[in-house]
Amino acid sequence: MIARFLRDEGVEYIYGYPGGAALHIYDALFRQDDIKHILVRHEQAATHMADGYARASGKPGVVLVTSGPGATNAVTGIATAYMDSIPMVVLCGQVASHLIGEDAFQETDIVGVTRPIVKHSFSIRHPSDIPTVLKKAFYIASSGRPGPVVIDIPKDMTAPTERYEYVYPRKVKLRSYNPVSRGHTGQIRKAVELMMSARRPVIFAGGGVITGRASEALTALAHRLNIPVITSLMGLGAFPQNDPQSLGWPGMHGSYESNMAMHHSDLVLGVGVRFDDRVTNNVNRFCPDARIVHIDVDPSSISKTVHADVPIVGAADHVLNEMLNQIGQRTEAQEPLDEWWETINAWRDERRGKLYEPAAAGEPLKPQQVVEAVHRATHGDAYVVTDVGQHQMFAAQYYRFNQPNRWISSSGLGTMGYGLPAAMGIKLSYPDEHVVLFTGEGSFQMMMQELSTCKQFGIPVKIVNLNNASLGMVRQWQDLNYKSRHAHSYMESLPDFEKLIGAYGFKAITVNTADELEPALEEAFRSKDELVFLDIHVDPREHVYPMQVPQGAMCDMLLSKTERT
Amino acid sequence: MRHIISMLLENEPGALSRVVGLFSQRNFNIETLNVAPTDDPTLSRLTVTTHGDERIIEQITKHLNRLIDVVKLVDLTEGAHIERELMLVKVKAQGSARDEVKRTADIFRAQIVDVTPSVYTVQITGDANKMDAFLQAVTPLGVLEVARTGVSGIARGDKVLSL
Ligand SMILES: Cc1ncc(C[n+]2csc(CCOP(=O)(O)OP(=O)(O)O)c2C)c(N)n1
Ligand SMILES: [Mg+2]
Repeated sequence: MIARFLRDEGVEYIYGYPGGAALHIYDALFRQDDIKHILVRHEQAATHMADGYARASGKPGVVLVTSGPGATNAVTGIATAYMDSIPMVVLCGQVASHLIGEDAFQETDIVGVTRPIVKHSFSIRHPSDIPTVLKKAFYIASSGRPGPVVIDIPKDMTAPTERYEYVYPRKVKLRSYNPVSRGHTGQIRKAVELMMSARRPVIFAGGGVITGRASEALTALAHRLNIPVITSLMGLGAFPQNDPQSLGWPGMHGSYESNMAMHHSDLVLGVGVRFDDRVTNNVNRFCPDARIVHIDVDPSSISKTVHADVPIVGAADHVLNEMLNQIGQRTEAQEPLDEWWETINAWRDERRGKLYEPAAAGEPLKPQQVVEAVHRATHGDAYVVTDVGQHQMFAAQYYRFNQPNRWISSSGLGTMGYGLPAAMGIKLSYPDEHVVLFTGEGSFQMMMQELSTCKQFGIPVKIVNLNNASLGMVRQWQDLNYKSRHAHSYMESLPDFEKLIGAYGFKAITVNTADELEPALEEAFRSKDELVFLDIHVDPREHVYPMQVPQGAMCDMLLSKTERT
Repeated sequence: MRHIISMLLENEPGALSRVVGLFSQRNFNIETLNVAPTDDPTLSRLTVTTHGDERIIEQITKHLNRLIDVVKLVDLTEGAHIERELMLVKVKAQGSARDEVKRTADIFRAQIVDVTPSVYTVQITGDANKMDAFLQAVTPLGVLEVARTGVSGIARGDKVLSL
């Protein structure tokens, strides 16, 4: 029944790992050809694969694991998806109903364990409930503010003694769950009035614009009113970065101009963002002169950290289009923004050409210049996946995104190990595109067993290892806050990556100096059908800048090792 | 401020733990909690009393509403409402204290529902203040055990919490 449902729901891939409690389901998968199952090497990887696929496609990723350790191994991936509002359905085997509660072999209360990190969860109580419960799970996972849904399936539910008729439920209704879509017209009018009269407005767009497929409406609105656009990290690509109105992303390591502009603005139009602490810095000093308009499908996101003067609950797409509509009908002119743009352009000029110093030919590379070179090699339209650390921030800063769904990174939870499996999930579904993973030698070693999965299923991702032989981000904090006492941030005994990758039958290229980079990239990106691992030794002393000063306002930043605002 | 939040909850396994878990996960406090079936067998009614400023209460109600199992919710303290709690107290009742307990119970319009030579069990209903006042009055006489149901409540007038 589960296999038939997944087929009817249009699921193409499911990522998983078998075990006792899931064997009936595996047997059903064996006896069909519609759904392809990808066997990972660790259940956490299955959840990240599903997550990567979901971020790139906008559709829920599906995971299948067994009870007990299978399910607990999936927890990190579920939490990662939850923090970034990613649609995912996780099917967990469970011990047979009559054993539940007896500490049976491989029994874990996975519904209990995952309760704080799921949008919702179900336990199957009767085999005939399977189709409706699954339909509800897919509906909940992918509608409103998306998120992971866990389904606990006791083993006896998948081997019923009686036969039940299967009907695919086309629609389900839940009396207690009706995500809003239309925003309140009166609230939208208030927002539009503020936007027309603001002298220093900014748009702050987040992941909600990408999930809500509202990039076009956002771009149209921004162009219509000539308002500068800042996107959150989750929102990278929601507004094209090659557009002159784009100021990049704000926050802890955000661009100088975006942090300055947001701090000095008199109106912030937040769309599908959650004003988290990595953006606002000290909330008490956040945007002192600004009124806040906040559009979100999830009412609980509004006024959670930052008070919204005009809250609008609704889907980004609808609300932005309604704004455009109302603006079209107005007769009075908008406040001119020339002065505001002059100020912003002056901020841009201040930092132009001063972001980092590229290495000369024989020197070890700077990570920033590697990202820029990869951008050129892939014409800026690859799917870019990252792990977590300095390399993640460099990738976000220097790979410029012009389309939504191309920047794939664990933002909210910051899960090291996320990258490789997420990249694999994307490459499987988008075989004709370049999928590039920026990783660090620390993060990569958390999930490198998945090279074996790449080998089995032929998943040719490109891996750029920004190897600084250290847990760079930790080291940076130790440099800044602990007088450079590098407690356990140094990676001794790194493997010989060429040999390691070679052991799986893949190609690895080591790059030691700047002059070796271009030829290596050329070789790596020549074809889209070959997994290539670039082990690029970069300057380990490099820090990520700008960096907001702890407890300061958004505009309080370190700009380099020697400059601060 | 103290708030009384009442909700209709899907009568599903795990629903209660989601509500309770939310409070601990988000660092919201629960003072009392009361859950019981309703006239509709698919729904239970859950009432919590909690403390917090406006921002916190707004967050609590929004997060509760976000739970799929919460069908409908009302903050009773936003309007006129009736608040009731039931308490059973075992009080020492020997010698002169025996009369004193009886007298105090009468003043509070409480009932003695069980009697032994040395103990009275008193039942009292009312709002939380009344419970507290009664307890204070009988504490010097020797309170042996207290069982409170937690607050339940309902809006005054025509307003109803139903589907
Ligand atoms: C699972 C997990 N453990 C610990 C951390 C804390 N952490 C954040 S960045 C980082 C260092 C990452 O090192 P590496 O992958 O080599 O990247 P680099 O910063 O050197 O570019 C650590 C340990 C984390 N984010 N995730
Ligand atoms: Mg590193």
